[in-house]
Amino acid sequence: MLDETEEGHVTEDGRQIGGVLMEMRNITLRFGGVVAIKDISFDIRKGEIRAIIGPNGAGKSSMLNVISGFYHPQEGEIWFKGARRKPMKPYQVARQGIARTFQNIALFEGMSVIDNIMTGRLTHMRSGLFSQALWWGPAEREELENREVVERIIDFLEIQHIRKTPVARLPYGLKKRVELARALAAEPELLLLDEPMAGMNVEEKEDMSRFILDVNDEFGTTIALIEHDMGVVMDLSDRVVVMDYGRKIGDGPPEEIRNNQDVIDAYLGVAHD
Amino acid sequence: MPEQLLFAMEVTLNGLMAGVLYSLVALGFVLIYKASGIFNYAQGVMALFAALTLVGLMDGQVPFAHLINATFGTDVHHFGWHIPALPAILLTAGVMVVFAIIVERLILRHLVNQEPIILFMATIGLAYFLEGFGDVMWGSDIKKLDVGLPQGISETIDTVTYNWFGYGFFIDRLDIAATLVAAILVVTLTLFSQYSKQGRALRAVADDHQAALSVGISLRFIWVLVWSIAGIVALVAGVMWGAKSGVQFSLSLIALKALPVLMLGGFTSIPGAIVGGLIIGVGEKLFEFAVGPMIGGATENWFAYVLALVFLVFRPQGLFGERIIERV
Repeated sequence: MLDETEEGHVTEDGRQIGGVLMEMRNITLRFGGVVAIKDISFDIRKGEIRAIIGPNGAGKSSMLNVISGFYHPQEGEIWFKGARRKPMKPYQVARQGIARTFQNIALFEGMSVIDNIMTGRLTHMRSGLFSQALWWGPAEREELENREVVERIIDFLEIQHIRKTPVARLPYGLKKRVELARALAAEPELLLLDEPMAGMNVEEKEDMSRFILDVNDEFGTTIALIEHDMGVVMDLSDRVVVMDYGRKIGDGPPEEIRNNQDVIDAYLGVAHD
Repeated sequence: MPEQLLFAMEVTLNGLMAGVLYSLVALGFVLIYKASGIFNYAQGVMALFAALTLVGLMDGQVPFAHLINATFGTDVHHFGWHIPALPAILLTAGVMVVFAIIVERLILRHLVNQEPIILFMATIGLAYFLEGFGDVMWGSDIKKLDVGLPQGISETIDTVTYNWFGYGFFIDRLDIAATLVAAILVVTLTLFSQYSKQGRALRAVADDHQAALSVGISLRFIWVLVWSIAGIVALVAGVMWGAKSGVQFSLSLIALKALPVLMLGGFTSIPGAIVGGLIIGVGEKLFEFAVGPMIGGATENWFAYVLALVFLVFRPQGLFGERIIERV
């Protein structure tokens, strides 16, 4: 693991990696008698793409749910931006600047694409209930400003053509992209992606990889992602955490992970399809 | 113009306006059902409670007077002041907001992730509690509610229609006022839900709780908000019905009339509640007018339910409700 005091470095492709943004310390999560996560520590640095990989049931999604406040670990500490985080509700985590997507897509099916993405702006809207209700001065200005941010993201992710389409009508790949757009609309400091490429065909996977890299590159967004597709993970990420049966068995840059014997035994060496 | 047709027109107009009042009650149901999937059985009692509170405040009644007198041997009934209608209505709206907060704290919060039927049962309990509580707080006698809305036959419409058709329509001015108020309420609610931050959050919660949490929406806040709005809609319905027929227990039974309206319009649609209410209102008045005399009248008691039943057979999701398609 990198030294915490290190003030960051520049990657080969010229991206700035900063200090520690989030740190998980000795996290243990149990469901009754089942230990989903066992004493895991790792950190996420500003500006990097951090991957969490592991075979099915390794506890990756549980870890993402711990970070986003959906699960509360029995033991361990979560540090965010240099301060220890109290146990929080998911909506409070979101308001801290941590946005996420879900493995099996959680969009507002009945709403249009643009309305879905606008909900991502909720944490940035300040005007009160009263002026909102009357659609008055500040509320109107705010709505327009937020609309601009959303339009930029729509352009960025190339989904202009479906802006007004109800989400329920979209194909799977586009839904995934809309979900990413909604998370981006929050302009998060940390973006959590739960299997962003699950169930996609090769072309969709390539598109999504490109978007993830572009987001990180253009907005400098820190990204933590869970992924099954090993090839994709190795190409995308700066550092990789490997989990197996709730334990951490590897942590480091992709090339190091590739040569880690434990990882090869647990994951790479075993056909898991 | 033949006299029968003129009668029918007058009946239709009256039906439309009665329908508006049904719509008002149905609207309260739709709001809560949309945002939380709860069928709020207490909606009708909330209208009664709101109306009772409004009358009590306007007349300067001492709340729990009966209880206080029985416990302390005192004899207090009135504060001796009268509050004008508008401030009293605003105060009552405040009471309904407090009521929403209490409901969230004491009931909803503890029933998160429970089956809808459990929540439904909880609202039945809430209905009976609130009914008794209203009685204890304000007394169970029939009260007159006068918030200064115009009442009685509209002379203008009577004269105008007399000049046109040679037959004056009888339209109650209270019904006209109710229609206007309902229209304003519906337009405001629609704008609020479509274009405001909270409205969008409200629709988001209605759609997917998990996703709503992930974009920073507090479910509790939204529930309080929704129950507050439903409480205020109940207040408006209570004022209109109370002004028409006095504030009394039977006011809470208008909720039963809202059921067929909801089946017609769909449980999840605000426009559906409006159109459903109008159809029921017009339908039952016209049916009574046309068919009633042949079969001995009193068709208004059951017509709405039969119509709803027919709808259930042919279009179970209602006119505007979301089509339920399960993926196999």
